[in-house]
Amino acid sequence: MWQWLKRLYHRLGSPKWFYEITAKWIPWLAIISVVGCVTGLVLGLLYAPADYLQGNSFRIIYIHVPAAILAQSAFMMMAIAGAVYLIWKMKMAAWVAKVIAPIGAGFCLIALFTGAIWGKPTWGTWWVWDARLTSMLLLLFLYFGVMALQQAMDSEESGFKAAAILALVGLVNIPIIKYSVEWWNTLHQPATLKLTEKPSMHPDMLIPLLIMIVTTYVFFALLVILRTRNEILWHERKRSWVKDILEP
Amino acid sequence: MTPKRKKRLILILFLVAGVGTAVGLLMYSLSQNINLFMTPTQIANGEVPYGRTIRAGGLVVVGSLQRSQDSLVSEFKVTDGNAEVTITYDGILPDLFREGQGIVAMGKLNRDNVFVASEVLAKHDENYMPPEVKDALEKAHLDGKEALESARY
Repeated sequence: MWQWLKRLYHRLGSPKWFYEITAKWIPWLAIISVVGCVTGLVLGLLYAPADYLQGNSFRIIYIHVPAAILAQSAFMMMAIAGAVYLIWKMKMAAWVAKVIAPIGAGFCLIALFTGAIWGKPTWGTWWVWDARLTSMLLLLFLYFGVMALQQAMDSEESGFKAAAILALVGLVNIPIIKYSVEWWNTLHQPATLKLTEKPSMHPDMLIPLLIMIVTTYVFFALLVILRTRNEILWHERKRSWVKDILEP
Repeated sequence: MTPKRKKRLILILFLVAGVGTAVGLLMYSLSQNINLFMTPTQIANGEVPYGRTIRAGGLVVVGSLQRSQDSLVSEFKVTDGNAEVTITYDGILPDLFREGQGIVAMGKLNRDNVFVASEVLAKHDENYMPPEVKDALEKAHLDGKEALESARY
Protein backbone atom coordinates (compact mmCIF):
# COMPACT_ATOMS: atom_id res chain seq x y z
CA MET A 1 0.00 0.00 0.00
CA TRP A 2 2.69 2.46 1.07
CA GLN A 3 4.84 1.51 -1.92
CA TRP A 4 1.88 1.96 -4.24
CA LEU A 5 1.11 5.41 -2.77
CA LYS A 6 4.75 6.39 -3.13
CA ARG A 7 4.77 5.31 -6.77
CA LEU A 8 1.52 7.24 -7.43
CA TYR A 9 3.00 10.30 -5.75
CA HIS A 10 6.11 10.21 -7.95
CA ARG A 11 4.01 9.66 -11.05
CA LEU A 12 1.78 12.65 -10.18
CA GLY A 13 4.93 14.72 -10.31
CA SER A 14 5.33 13.86 -13.97
CA PRO A 15 3.44 16.34 -16.17
CA LYS A 16 3.35 13.93 -19.11
CA TRP A 17 1.85 11.09 -17.06
CA PHE A 18 -0.75 13.44 -15.53
CA TYR A 19 -1.68 14.84 -18.93
CA GLU A 20 -2.15 11.40 -20.44
CA ILE A 21 -4.06 9.76 -17.57
CA THR A 22 -6.48 12.65 -16.98
CA ALA A 23 -7.52 12.68 -20.65
CA LYS A 24 -9.51 9.52 -19.86
CA TRP A 25 -11.08 10.98 -16.70
CA ILE A 26 -12.45 14.20 -18.19
CA PRO A 27 -15.56 12.79 -19.95
CA TRP A 28 -16.56 10.85 -16.83
CA LEU A 29 -16.11 13.79 -14.51
CA ALA A 30 -18.08 15.99 -16.92
CA ILE A 31 -20.95 13.48 -17.14
CA ILE A 32 -21.12 13.08 -13.34
CA SER A 33 -21.07 16.88 -12.90
CA VAL A 34 -23.95 17.47 -15.29
CA VAL A 35 -26.09 14.53 -14.12
CA GLY A 36 -25.47 15.28 -10.44
CA CYS A 37 -26.17 18.98 -10.83
CA VAL A 38 -29.43 18.40 -12.72
CA THR A 39 -30.61 15.69 -10.28
CA GLY A 40 -29.64 17.67 -7.20
CA LEU A 41 -31.19 20.91 -8.35
CA VAL A 42 -34.42 19.33 -9.63
CA LEU A 43 -34.85 17.36 -6.39
CA GLY A 44 -33.90 20.36 -4.27
CA LEU A 45 -35.86 23.06 -6.04
CA LEU A 46 -38.95 21.14 -7.14
CA TYR A 47 -39.40 18.10 -4.89
CA ALA A 48 -37.97 19.00 -1.48
CA PRO A 49 -40.63 20.34 0.89
CA ALA A 50 -40.59 23.99 1.91
CA ASP A 51 -39.19 24.82 5.35
CA TYR A 52 -41.70 25.38 8.14
CA LEU A 53 -40.22 28.75 9.06
CA GLN A 54 -38.39 30.10 6.02
CA GLY A 55 -40.69 28.79 3.31
CA ASN A 56 -38.96 28.52 -0.05
CA SER A 57 -36.05 30.84 0.64
CA PHE A 58 -34.17 28.01 2.36
CA ARG A 59 -33.61 26.42 -1.06
CA ILE A 60 -30.57 28.61 -1.64
CA ILE A 61 -28.85 26.13 0.69
CA TYR A 62 -28.36 23.85 -2.35
CA ILE A 63 -25.90 26.38 -3.79
CA HIS A 64 -24.68 28.12 -0.65
CA VAL A 65 -23.52 25.15 1.43
CA PRO A 66 -21.67 23.24 -1.34
CA ALA A 67 -19.92 26.45 -2.41
CA ALA A 68 -18.91 27.29 1.16
CA ILE A 69 -17.59 23.75 1.78
CA LEU A 70 -15.63 23.78 -1.46
CA ALA A 71 -14.14 27.20 -0.79
CA GLN A 72 -12.63 25.83 2.42
CA SER A 73 -11.60 22.43 1.01
CA ALA A 74 -9.97 24.11 -1.97
CA PHE A 75 -7.95 26.36 0.31
CA MET A 76 -6.68 23.34 2.25
CA MET A 77 -5.74 21.55 -0.99
CA MET A 78 -3.99 24.68 -2.22
CA ALA A 79 -1.98 24.96 1.01
CA ILE A 80 -1.02 21.27 0.88
CA ALA A 81 0.05 21.61 -2.77
CA GLY A 82 2.06 24.65 -1.73
CA ALA A 83 3.76 22.68 1.05
CA VAL A 84 4.61 19.88 -1.40
CA TYR A 85 6.14 22.47 -3.69
CA LEU A 86 8.18 24.05 -0.90
CA ILE A 87 9.48 20.71 0.40
CA TRP A 88 9.93 18.58 -2.71
CA LYS A 89 10.23 21.37 -5.32
CA MET A 90 7.66 19.53 -7.40
CA LYS A 91 6.62 21.84 -10.23
CA MET A 92 3.29 20.09 -10.73
CA ALA A 93 2.28 21.00 -7.17
CA ALA A 94 2.95 24.68 -7.82
CA TRP A 95 0.84 24.59 -10.97
CA VAL A 96 -2.01 22.86 -9.14
CA ALA A 97 -1.86 25.48 -6.37
CA LYS A 98 -1.92 28.19 -9.03
CA VAL A 99 -5.03 26.85 -10.78
CA ILE A 100 -6.91 26.15 -7.53
CA ALA A 101 -6.65 29.76 -6.28
CA PRO A 102 -9.13 31.46 -8.66
CA ILE A 103 -11.52 28.49 -8.56
CA GLY A 104 -11.59 28.54 -4.75
CA ALA A 105 -12.01 32.31 -4.76
CA GLY A 106 -14.98 31.87 -7.10
CA PHE A 107 -16.66 29.39 -4.76
CA CYS A 108 -15.96 31.70 -1.82
CA LEU A 109 -17.59 34.59 -3.65
CA ILE A 110 -20.64 32.45 -4.50
CA ALA A 111 -20.99 31.44 -0.83
CA LEU A 112 -20.79 35.06 0.38
CA PHE A 113 -23.16 36.30 -2.32
CA THR A 114 -25.84 33.63 -1.86
CA GLY A 115 -25.53 34.06 1.90
CA ALA A 116 -26.26 37.78 1.58
CA ILE A 117 -29.28 37.09 -0.64
CA TRP A 118 -30.60 34.62 1.94
CA GLY A 119 -29.76 36.87 4.87
CA LYS A 120 -31.89 39.77 3.68
CA PRO A 121 -35.28 38.02 3.96
CA THR A 122 -34.29 35.68 6.81
CA TRP A 123 -32.27 37.84 9.19
CA GLY A 124 -33.37 41.22 7.93
CA THR A 125 -29.91 42.30 6.75
CA TRP A 126 -27.53 41.60 3.87
CA TRP A 127 -24.42 41.64 6.00
CA VAL A 128 -23.45 41.60 9.62
CA TRP A 129 -19.91 41.59 11.02
CA ASP A 130 -20.23 38.36 12.96
CA ALA A 131 -17.38 35.87 13.32
CA ARG A 132 -18.56 33.46 10.60
CA LEU A 133 -19.20 36.08 7.93
CA THR A 134 -16.03 38.01 8.70
CA SER A 135 -13.78 34.94 8.67
CA MET A 136 -15.32 33.88 5.34
CA LEU A 137 -14.61 37.33 3.90
CA LEU A 138 -11.04 36.96 5.16
CA LEU A 139 -10.82 33.68 3.25
CA LEU A 140 -11.75 35.52 0.05
CA PHE A 141 -9.03 38.11 0.69
CA LEU A 142 -6.52 35.32 1.40
CA TYR A 143 -7.37 33.83 -1.99
CA PHE A 144 -6.84 37.23 -3.59
CA GLY A 145 -3.52 37.57 -1.74
CA VAL A 146 -2.34 34.15 -2.93
CA MET A 147 -3.34 34.99 -6.51
CA ALA A 148 -1.57 38.34 -6.37
CA LEU A 149 1.63 36.90 -4.86
CA GLN A 150 1.80 34.19 -7.52
CA GLN A 151 2.10 36.91 -10.13
CA ALA A 152 4.01 39.53 -8.13
CA MET A 153 7.60 38.28 -8.33
CA ASP A 154 10.09 38.60 -11.14
CA SER A 155 10.58 34.86 -11.39
CA GLU A 156 7.59 32.57 -11.37
CA GLU A 157 9.27 30.26 -8.84
CA SER A 158 9.70 32.87 -6.11
CA GLY A 159 6.09 33.95 -6.68
CA PHE A 160 4.90 30.38 -6.14
CA LYS A 161 7.05 30.11 -2.99
CA ALA A 162 5.68 33.32 -1.46
CA ALA A 163 2.11 32.33 -2.35
CA ALA A 164 2.62 28.86 -0.82
CA ILE A 165 3.80 30.42 2.45
CA LEU A 166 0.78 32.74 2.54
CA ALA A 167 -1.53 29.78 1.86
CA LEU A 168 0.07 27.84 4.74
CA VAL A 169 -0.27 30.80 7.10
CA GLY A 170 -3.86 31.32 5.93
CA LEU A 171 -4.63 27.70 6.83
CA VAL A 172 -5.17 28.95 10.40
CA ASN A 173 -8.37 30.62 9.19
CA ILE A 174 -10.02 27.32 8.19
CA PRO A 175 -10.72 25.99 11.73
CA ILE A 176 -11.75 29.52 12.71
CA ILE A 177 -14.42 29.53 9.99
CA LYS A 178 -15.55 26.04 10.94
CA TYR A 179 -15.85 26.62 14.68
CA SER A 180 -16.72 30.35 14.66
CA VAL A 181 -20.39 29.50 15.15
CA GLU A 182 -19.58 27.43 18.24
CA TRP A 183 -16.89 29.53 19.90
CA TRP A 184 -18.68 32.85 19.69
CA ASN A 185 -22.20 34.25 19.57
CA THR A 186 -22.91 34.73 15.87
CA LEU A 187 -25.96 35.57 13.80
CA HIS A 188 -25.09 32.68 11.49
CA GLN A 189 -26.63 29.43 12.72
CA PRO A 190 -24.49 26.42 13.77
CA ALA A 191 -23.75 23.65 11.29
CA THR A 192 -26.69 21.55 10.09
CA LEU A 193 -24.45 18.78 8.73
CA LYS A 194 -22.21 17.30 11.39
CA LEU A 195 -19.62 14.58 11.01
CA THR A 196 -20.40 12.89 14.30
CA GLU A 197 -24.13 13.48 14.79
CA LYS A 198 -27.31 13.03 12.80
CA PRO A 199 -27.96 16.05 10.57
CA SER A 200 -30.72 18.33 11.86
CA MET A 201 -32.55 18.32 8.57
CA HIS A 202 -35.41 16.32 7.10
CA PRO A 203 -34.18 13.49 4.78
CA ASP A 204 -36.23 14.82 1.82
CA MET A 205 -34.28 18.08 2.08
CA LEU A 206 -30.99 16.43 2.99
CA ILE A 207 -30.57 14.02 0.05
CA PRO A 208 -30.52 16.73 -2.66
CA LEU A 209 -28.04 18.68 -0.54
CA LEU A 210 -25.69 15.69 -0.25
CA ILE A 211 -25.99 15.11 -4.02
CA MET A 212 -25.09 18.75 -4.62
CA ILE A 213 -22.07 18.62 -2.29
CA VAL A 214 -20.63 15.48 -3.95
CA THR A 215 -21.33 16.93 -7.41
CA THR A 216 -19.57 20.17 -6.52
CA TYR A 217 -16.47 18.22 -5.49
CA VAL A 218 -16.53 16.36 -8.83
CA PHE A 219 -17.04 19.63 -10.71
CA PHE A 220 -14.14 21.17 -8.80
CA ALA A 221 -11.92 18.20 -9.72
CA LEU A 222 -12.91 18.64 -13.36
CA LEU A 223 -12.05 22.35 -13.33
CA VAL A 224 -8.70 21.75 -11.61
CA ILE A 225 -7.75 18.99 -14.04
CA LEU A 226 -8.70 21.03 -17.12
CA ARG A 227 -6.77 24.08 -15.95
CA THR A 228 -3.76 22.04 -14.79
CA ARG A 229 -3.57 20.49 -18.27
CA ASN A 230 -3.40 23.99 -19.73
CA GLU A 231 -0.59 24.89 -17.32
CA ILE A 232 1.27 21.72 -18.32
CA LEU A 233 0.99 22.49 -22.03
CA TRP A 234 2.18 26.06 -21.47
CA HIS A 235 5.16 25.21 -19.26
CA GLU A 236 6.21 22.15 -21.25
CA ARG A 237 5.60 23.74 -24.65
CA LYS A 238 9.25 23.32 -25.66
CA ARG A 239 9.29 19.60 -24.81
CA SER A 240 9.04 17.13 -27.66
CA TRP A 241 6.00 15.24 -26.25
CA VAL A 242 3.95 18.45 -26.18
CA LYS A 243 5.08 19.38 -29.68
CA ASP A 244 3.96 15.93 -30.85
CA ILE A 245 0.49 16.54 -29.44
CA LEU A 246 0.06 20.08 -30.71
CA GLU A 247 1.64 19.62 -34.15
CA PRO A 248 0.93 16.08 -35.25
CA MET B 1 13.48 11.96 2.45
CA THR B 2 16.72 13.85 2.00
CA PRO B 3 17.96 15.91 4.99
CA LYS B 4 17.29 19.12 3.06
CA ARG B 5 13.67 18.21 2.42
CA LYS B 6 13.24 17.09 6.01
CA LYS B 7 14.54 20.46 7.17
CA ARG B 8 12.06 22.27 4.95
CA LEU B 9 9.21 20.04 6.15
CA ILE B 10 10.06 20.77 9.80
CA LEU B 11 10.34 24.48 9.01
CA ILE B 12 6.86 24.48 7.46
CA LEU B 13 5.38 22.54 10.37
CA PHE B 14 6.91 25.09 12.77
CA LEU B 15 5.53 27.94 10.66
CA VAL B 16 1.98 26.57 10.70
CA ALA B 17 2.13 25.61 14.40
CA GLY B 18 3.62 28.99 15.34
CA VAL B 19 1.09 31.05 13.44
CA GLY B 20 -1.67 28.80 14.76
CA THR B 21 -0.60 29.36 18.37
CA ALA B 22 -0.24 33.11 17.88
CA VAL B 23 -3.67 33.46 16.29
CA GLY B 24 -5.17 31.13 18.90
CA LEU B 25 -3.88 33.30 21.74
CA LEU B 26 -5.05 36.43 19.97
CA MET B 27 -8.53 34.98 19.49
CA TYR B 28 -8.60 33.87 23.13
CA SER B 29 -7.73 37.33 24.39
CA LEU B 30 -10.26 38.92 22.05
CA SER B 31 -12.94 36.30 22.64
CA GLN B 32 -15.30 38.76 24.33
CA ASN B 33 -14.96 41.33 21.55
CA ILE B 34 -15.66 38.84 18.78
CA ASN B 35 -19.05 37.88 20.18
CA LEU B 36 -21.72 39.45 18.02
CA PHE B 37 -24.08 40.06 20.91
CA MET B 38 -24.37 40.21 24.70
CA THR B 39 -26.62 37.72 26.47
CA PRO B 40 -29.48 38.76 28.82
CA THR B 41 -27.46 37.31 31.71
CA GLN B 42 -24.56 39.65 30.93
CA ILE B 43 -26.96 42.61 30.79
CA ALA B 44 -28.67 41.61 34.05
CA ASN B 45 -25.26 41.29 35.71
CA GLY B 46 -24.53 44.91 34.83
CA GLU B 47 -21.72 44.08 32.40
CA VAL B 48 -23.23 46.48 29.87
CA PRO B 49 -22.67 50.25 30.24
CA TYR B 50 -25.71 52.52 29.89
CA GLY B 51 -26.01 54.53 26.69
CA ARG B 52 -23.38 52.58 24.75
CA THR B 53 -24.50 50.97 21.47
CA ILE B 54 -24.32 47.18 21.80
CA ARG B 55 -26.07 44.13 20.44
CA ALA B 56 -28.26 41.96 22.64
CA GLY B 57 -29.39 38.48 21.65
CA GLY B 58 -31.67 35.80 22.99
CA LEU B 59 -34.94 33.95 22.51
CA VAL B 60 -38.14 36.00 22.41
CA VAL B 61 -40.18 35.01 25.48
CA VAL B 62 -43.48 33.41 24.42
CA GLY B 63 -46.41 35.71 25.20
CA SER B 64 -44.24 38.78 25.84
CA LEU B 65 -44.74 40.58 22.51
CA GLN B 66 -46.90 43.71 22.74
CA ARG B 67 -47.53 45.87 19.69
CA SER B 68 -48.65 49.47 19.93
CA GLN B 69 -52.07 50.19 18.42
CA ASP B 70 -51.17 53.45 16.63
CA SER B 71 -47.46 53.10 15.76
CA LEU B 72 -44.81 50.53 14.83
CA VAL B 73 -43.45 50.41 18.35
CA SER B 74 -43.29 46.92 19.77
CA GLU B 75 -42.08 45.65 23.10
CA PHE B 76 -40.94 42.14 23.95
CA LYS B 77 -38.70 40.25 26.33
CA VAL B 78 -35.72 38.09 25.38
CA THR B 79 -34.23 35.37 27.52
CA ASP B 80 -31.26 33.02 27.54
CA GLY B 81 -33.01 30.72 29.98
CA ASN B 82 -31.39 32.52 32.89
CA ALA B 83 -32.27 36.21 32.77
CA GLU B 84 -34.72 38.36 30.83
CA VAL B 85 -34.32 41.75 29.17
CA THR B 86 -37.12 43.99 27.89
CA ILE B 87 -36.54 45.36 24.39
CA THR B 88 -38.50 48.13 22.67
CA TYR B 89 -38.23 48.67 18.95
CA ASP B 90 -39.74 51.26 16.62
CA GLY B 91 -39.70 49.68 13.17
CA ILE B 92 -40.69 46.72 11.04
CA LEU B 93 -39.73 43.39 12.59
CA PRO B 94 -38.14 40.81 10.21
CA ASP B 95 -40.29 38.05 8.68
CA LEU B 96 -38.78 35.38 10.84
CA PHE B 97 -39.49 37.30 14.05
CA ARG B 98 -41.65 35.03 16.20
CA GLU B 99 -42.15 34.33 19.85
CA GLY B 100 -39.75 31.56 20.84
CA GLN B 101 -37.38 32.50 17.99
CA GLY B 102 -33.82 33.78 18.46
CA ILE B 103 -33.14 37.42 17.67
CA VAL B 104 -30.25 39.87 17.80
CA ALA B 105 -31.05 43.54 18.49
CA MET B 106 -28.72 46.52 18.17
CA GLY B 107 -29.34 49.47 20.46
CA LYS B 108 -28.71 51.07 23.83
CA LEU B 109 -29.64 50.19 27.38
CA ASN B 110 -31.45 53.04 29.15
CA ARG B 111 -31.53 53.84 32.88
CA ASP B 112 -34.70 51.78 33.39
CA ASN B 113 -32.80 48.72 32.14
CA VAL B 114 -34.93 48.69 29.00
CA PHE B 115 -33.03 47.98 25.81
CA VAL B 116 -34.00 50.49 23.10
CA ALA B 117 -33.27 48.80 19.78
CA SER B 118 -32.51 50.58 16.52
CA GLU B 119 -32.28 47.33 14.52
CA VAL B 120 -33.72 43.85 15.10
CA LEU B 121 -32.39 40.82 13.23
CA ALA B 122 -33.90 37.34 13.35
CA LYS B 123 -31.51 34.50 14.08
CA HIS B 124 -32.18 31.22 12.35
CA ASP B 125 -31.32 27.87 13.91
CA GLU B 126 -29.77 24.86 12.21
CA ASN B 127 -33.02 22.88 11.98
CA TYR B 128 -34.73 22.45 8.64
CA MET B 129 -38.01 20.58 8.31
CA PRO B 130 -41.20 20.61 6.27
CA PRO B 131 -44.30 22.22 7.92
CA GLU B 132 -46.09 18.85 8.28
CA VAL B 133 -43.21 17.46 10.32
CA LYS B 134 -43.24 20.56 12.51
CA ASP B 135 -47.00 20.14 13.05
CA ALA B 136 -46.56 16.45 13.83
CA LEU B 137 -43.80 17.28 16.32
CA GLU B 138 -45.94 19.88 18.04
CA LYS B 139 -48.91 17.54 18.12
CA ALA B 140 -46.80 14.76 19.59
CA HIS B 141 -45.54 17.22 22.15
CA LEU B 142 -49.08 18.31 23.04
CA ASP B 143 -50.30 14.71 23.13
CA GLY B 144 -47.43 13.87 25.41
CA LYS B 145 -48.29 16.82 27.64
CA GLU B 146 -51.95 15.81 27.76
CA ALA B 147 -51.03 12.22 28.50
CA LEU B 148 -48.79 13.43 31.29
CA GLU B 149 -51.48 15.66 32.75
CA SER B 150 -54.22 13.04 32.50
CA ALA B 151 -51.90 10.51 34.13
CA ARG B 152 -51.48 12.89 37.03
CA TYR B 153 -55.15 12.85 37.93
